[in-house]
Parts: sequence; C-alpha cells; structure tokens
Amino acid sequence: MTSPSIHPFLQVENLARIYPSPTGGEPVTVFDHVNFRIHKGEFVCVTGHSGCGKSTILNILAGLDSASLGNVFMDGREVSGPSLDRGVIFQSHALMPWLTVLENVAFAVKSRWPARNKQQVREHAMRYIELVGLKGAEYKLPSQLSGGMKQRVGIARAFSIEPKMLLMDEPFGALDALTRGVIQDELLKICAETQQTVFMITHDVDEAILLSDKIMLMSNGPHARIAEIVNNTLPRPRESSAIHKQPHYYPIRNHLVDFLVSRSKLFGSLRDAPGAPSSPTVFDPADLIESEPEAFSELPVGKPHIHLVNA
Amino acid sequence: MKTRLSLSQKSGLLSLGLFAAILLVWQLLTLPETHVAAANVDPEYAALMGGGGAKAASGFPTPAAMAQTVWDKLSHPFYDNGPNDKGIGIQLGYSLARVLGGFFLAAVVAIPLGFAIGNSRVVYQAINPYVQLLKPISPLAWMPLALYTIKDASASSIFVIFICSLWPMLINTAHGVANVKKDWLDVSRTLEVNPLRKAFRVILPAAAPTILAGMRISMGIAWLVIVAAEMLVGGTGIGYFVWNEWNNLSLTNVLFAILMIGVVGMALDSLFGVLGKRVAYQE
Ligand SMILES: Nc1ncnc2c1ncn2[C@@H]1O[C@H](COP(=O)(O)OP(=O)(O)OP(=O)(O)O)[C@@H](O)[C@H]1O
Ligand SMILES: [Mg+2]
Repeated sequence: MTSPSIHPFLQVENLARIYPSPTGGEPVTVFDHVNFRIHKGEFVCVTGHSGCGKSTILNILAGLDSASLGNVFMDGREVSGPSLDRGVIFQSHALMPWLTVLENVAFAVKSRWPARNKQQVREHAMRYIELVGLKGAEYKLPSQLSGGMKQRVGIARAFSIEPKMLLMDEPFGALDALTRGVIQDELLKICAETQQTVFMITHDVDEAILLSDKIMLMSNGPHARIAEIVNNTLPRPRESSAIHKQPHYYPIRNHLVDFLVSRSKLFGSLRDAPGAPSSPTVFDPADLIESEPEAFSELPVGKPHIHLVNA
Repeated sequence: MKTRLSLSQKSGLLSLGLFAAILLVWQLLTLPETHVAAANVDPEYAALMGGGGAKAASGFPTPAAMAQTVWDKLSHPFYDNGPNDKGIGIQLGYSLARVLGGFFLAAVVAIPLGFAIGNSRVVYQAINPYVQLLKPISPLAWMPLALYTIKDASASSIFVIFICSLWPMLINTAHGVANVKKDWLDVSRTLEVNPLRKAFRVILPAAAPTILAGMRISMGIAWLVIVAAEMLVGGTGIGYFVWNEWNNLSLTNVLFAILMIGVVGMALDSLFGVLGKRVAYQE
C-alpha cells in the first residue's frame, strides 16, 4: 500500500454554488471557497446544518450536478459528468421497483461490464448480495423488502460496480437505530475488506465517529464553508455497540456537537472579517484530549479493541 | 349459526338479482297486449300498422325470443350468404381487424413520438399546439377527407381508428416518460447506461403503467368509433350490421348486435386490464 501521496485521490478546489436571487436582488451564494482532499482508502464524513449545501456538493462530486465555480479532480482528471468510477448510494435507495433484488444489482453489473455473459453477471451480483446479507431475498421485489433491506440492496449495487470512490447521501437517515447499527457494522466490514474510498453525508454524529477517518464540518449558509476537519483517531476495527467505550470517543463527540450547536453559526459572521481563515482548521483529538488527561490514562489508546473484545 | 357471505358472494347475488329484475321488467313490458289493443285502438289504425295489436307490440322482442335469437346466431357465427347476410362472427371479425389495424398503427406512431415529447421540453413545446388543436376533433370529421384521399372505405375507417387512438396513447406516453422518477434516471446516469438501454430498461418499464393506461383508453374509444364509422361507410362490420338490421326493422338483431358490441368491448378492456397489471409495479 502506498502512503498518501502529494497528489490526493480526490481534490476539490474553490467550489461554489450561486443561485440568482428570486427577487432580482443580489445572487444567493449557498457555499463558496470549499476546499478539501480525500486520499485513497479514506472514509470521510461531512456534517452540517440542513440547507448548507452538503447534497449539492455530493451531487457535484458524482457529476450529476455542476458547480458555479471551482473544480473537482479525481485521480488527476477533472470530473465533468457521472461515471462508473464513482458509485452513489442514494438517500431514497433509488431501486427500480419493477426489478428484483438480483436484477437491480445485475443491471449495475451489466452496465459496468457489458461484455460479461448472463451467468457471470449473475454470479458477480450474487456475491455482493451475499456480502450485504441478503442471500435468499434475491428474487424479491423492492416492495417486498423492509427499509433496511432496500438500503442494503442499494449498498450492494453501489459496491458491485467496484467504483474507485463511493458517495453516500444520508444513506441510513430513514432507518431505525437498531437496523442502522447492523448496517453500519456491515458497511465497516465491507469497506475494510475493499479499501473503499468513501465520501458520506450524515446528520448523525455517532455515525460519523463510527465510520470515518476524517469528519468535515460545514458552517451554516449562506456562504457556507468547510470550517473544520476533525481527524478521527479511534482505532479500527470499530463496532457500533462498543464505540462509546473508546477514550477518544467523548472528546470527539463533544467537539462535533459543540460545533453544530454553536460554532457553525459563528463562522458565518467571521467570514468577512480581515484575516478570517479561508481553509478549514484541522483538529486532532490528541489536542482535545490534553485537557482531559484522566480519560486518556485509563485506557491505552493503542489497544482499546482488546478491552472491547472482553466487554 | 349464520354463515357470513364473502364480499364477492354478496355482489354476485346482487348482480343475479338485478339480472332477474331486468328480465322481469322486460317480460312485463313486452307482454302481448292483444286485449288492450283490441279494445282501445282504432281497428283501421291497427290494420294500417300492419296487422293486429298483438303484432304491433311484438316489434320489441320478448326475453325468450331474444334468447332464441342469441342462441341461433351464436351457433352459426361464421356463415356467409352474400353482402347482406353474414354471420355475427364475420362482422365482428371485420370490425376487430379494422380496430386492431388502426390501433397498432397509432401505437407505432404514438409511443416513439411520446418518448420524444416526454424526453425534451423543446419537442414538447413544439408539438403541444398541434396536439391541443387536433385532439378535440371528432374522429368521424376526418372521414370525408379520408375517403377522398384514400378512396377505400375500409382503409378510411382504419384511418379514423388510427386518429382517435393516437391522442390518448401519445399524451400518456409523453406524460409517463416525462415523469420517470429522477432517482432512476440518476442511477442510470451514474452507471453510464447508454441511451438505448436506458430507454428500454429504465424509461419504458417506469412509464409502462401510464402508457398502458393510455392504450386502454385508446382501445375503448376505438371500439366506440368503429361502430359509427362502419355505419357511415357501410359494406361490412358490426356497425354496418346494426344499420342494416335497423333498415330491415329487425329490432331483435339490433339488440343482439348491441349485446355483442358490449361483450367484445368488455373483453378488449379486460385484456388491457390484465396487461396493465402485468407491467404495474409497486414502489
Ligand atoms: N433552485 C434553487 N434556488 C435557490 N436556492 C436553492 C435552489 N436549489 C437549492 N437551493 C438551496 O441550496 C441549499 C443547499 O441544498 P442542499 O440540498 O445541498 O442542502 P443539504 O446540506 O443537503 O441539506 P439537508 O441536510 O437538509 O439535506 C439550500 O439552502 C437550498 O435552499
Ligand atoms: Mg441533503
């Protein structure tokens, strides 16, 4: 495996989305000066208040939407439209209701590898259906599945095309907490197996901590930006039921919640002040933890999973 | 203990009861009114009307006479004794062939055109005025023009069927295609599905229920219009049969034809009902 090179896998430069004002006045800038990088194999979560432009950014990365200003580069090439290199998991699962589970996944597989024959497509699709634990449900129609199962089909479909990058827009927003936990654990397992690079939007702070390597925090719009990037140093493998026992967990969580409750608003008012930061501040939990040495000393950071196994 | 009837049993019983009531009223209305006629009608007038009062009342058949006619006609549906005397099966066959011909031609035009209209705002806005102008025209109004240009009665009725089947299919196809869920289109965009595959594997199945609903409406209208068209152009077909039997003053045969038109119309409609269920999907 290569270490993160100077050329990141995904590079977003000065992205902005500006809408003409409906009343004919000044145009509305939803977000601007959005800059970030994602390295290969990284799992990045984005969170921020509703309407700050997260979905718009994701759609621009997917190539389904285009930015008013700025550029997106993936693997050194500019993103100018949708591509099989970037798999998307939609919030509304977006399964085709007239196709069975198997046919939905096979449709994607056949799109990716048109030369494959029926049997090869089927085998490949089945492998991913099994991966998300839906073996036995492959001939069901989406209407015969629960919300969680539908979302898993969406995951299987996105993974089955083996994209270079995966984009997810609040994929588990509509699920109950228990189902969400199960699917999150599955996702962690699959991502670990496939070394998948992921960009994911979530409103759920715990989900972000569980899944991500980096958490990007967006300030409120208009003129929303990526205000902070938090390095998530919790050791892997992680598990949804035990994650809160990690020593870094609460410091990170408090930091994120604090941002959403108060700092996300402050940033907007600071943006025009002279010397306001145009690139996000990077936080490392190690800095945060210094103020709480007792939490730090209780468990050695390097081996908390041993503790988890016994718990 | 009372056994409860299921919903379909109840409605079945009610239907049968209704049928019996209709037969009863029909029977009562067509009872031979000999004595009443003899007493009240001027005998000279009765003679003028072609016989006794009993015969005058029997112009409208009794249920029993009707049943006899239905039985006779249906046991020999395909005889052919020249232009004015053909079995009901042959007449219905002519009408069905014209309807299916015109309907098929309309589908061949309406579905691809509807795809184009539904896919593009430009095409939609360009074609919409024509559709709005042509749609409200009674299909029969085209008949003289068709007869003049095509110079063939049968082909002209096919053309009239074509025109009347076109609009519901065109409008429904365009509507169905334009309203395919954006999510499914986004999925096919991210999968880089080529346009042809997208049309057949995504848009067509997504719009199929709406398209089939349009075809069902078209078929209903076509079956209504063929009767009128054949009355106009004559020669063959169930519409001509009705008109011919009216000229023969055979109300029994007219009634029989009406019944057959209803039965065939119902069969066509339920055929499209079945097809519609086939392509329906539940989100
Ligand atoms: N056509 C438009 N004209 C003006 N503003 C628009 C238009 N479309 C979207 N917006 C604005 O763009 C902003 C970003 O929307 P987006 O869906 O990206 O937000 P989001 O961060 O994903 O929110 P949520 O968390 O609720 O999903 C919103 O504030 C919305 O009001
Ligand atoms: Mg959103």
